[in-house]
Amino acid sequence: MTIHRDYTGSKMGMWIFLFTEILLFGGLFVIYAAYHHRYPEEFHHASKALDTAMGTVNTVVLITSSLFVAMAVAALRRAEDARARLLVVLTIAFAGVFLVIKYFEWTAKFHHGIYPGSAELAATHAPGEIVFYSLYFAMTGLHAVHVIVGMGLLGFILARMRAGAVNSTDFVFLENGGLYWHLVDLIWIYLFPLFYLIA
Amino acid sequence: MHAHEEGHHPPSYRLLIGVWGALMVLTAVTVWVAQVPLGFLNVVAAMAVATCKALLVTLFFMHLKDENWTFKGMVLLVFVILAIFIGFTFFDTAYR
Repeated sequence: MTIHRDYTGSKMGMWIFLFTEILLFGGLFVIYAAYHHRYPEEFHHASKALDTAMGTVNTVVLITSSLFVAMAVAALRRAEDARARLLVVLTIAFAGVFLVIKYFEWTAKFHHGIYPGSAELAATHAPGEIVFYSLYFAMTGLHAVHVIVGMGLLGFILARMRAGAVNSTDFVFLENGGLYWHLVDLIWIYLFPLFYLIA
Repeated sequence: MHAHEEGHHPPSYRLLIGVWGALMVLTAVTVWVAQVPLGFLNVVAAMAVATCKALLVTLFFMHLKDENWTFKGMVLLVFVILAIFIGFTFFDTAYR
């Protein structure tokens, strides 16, 4: 019995989905760019309140997790199944570390009265700064949702690998999961300088 | 049957780790450049470094370099659409 598998079609479908993701975040980047143009001083000032060290550590964590999933795909294609599974576990673990750091970062902001709809924020900050923080929470928040979805997706793929359904001859599911994870990394690569470094 | 569909050999671990190293260096560069006061050029520098990193991720981690021109053309098209999206917005907002 011949099982028909269309790898090119599967990958193309995944890429087309990623394009919709790029344009989803693209819309938010347009809003960011337009308001940065309108309130350059306020954006500059508001950005100083963000913790560059935490942002940098999170960049390193996310890029490293991206490396792990890329290596997992390479390992699975070489039929190094155990190594591939370990690399997927590491990818998910690093995604978790990213979210924990994000949690501490957001909690610190909340303590300073910086959160969406905060009366303290409205009373003590210029409109441009409020827009900056709104975009910060909306964009990093939507990104964090993608991190959570990615962890779930990779966890499911890991279960399929354990079951032997995703293996060295049928690896496109892991490959597509990897593509999704790289996109999450790609978006962070732009979010990091825009929010943490423009000060 | 699907041997040729799988395309190229998987990338070597050494290549992937090398790309990771380059991404780490670029992260250090972008953090460092942000400390130097260059005015508007800071934004340009940050976006230029981010785009270099994005290229490394798409070409090597997402192995776009091994895909055929249909894939490459599609990705390029999306970024052209995004550029039009951002560019045309500025035709409006920049001249108000």
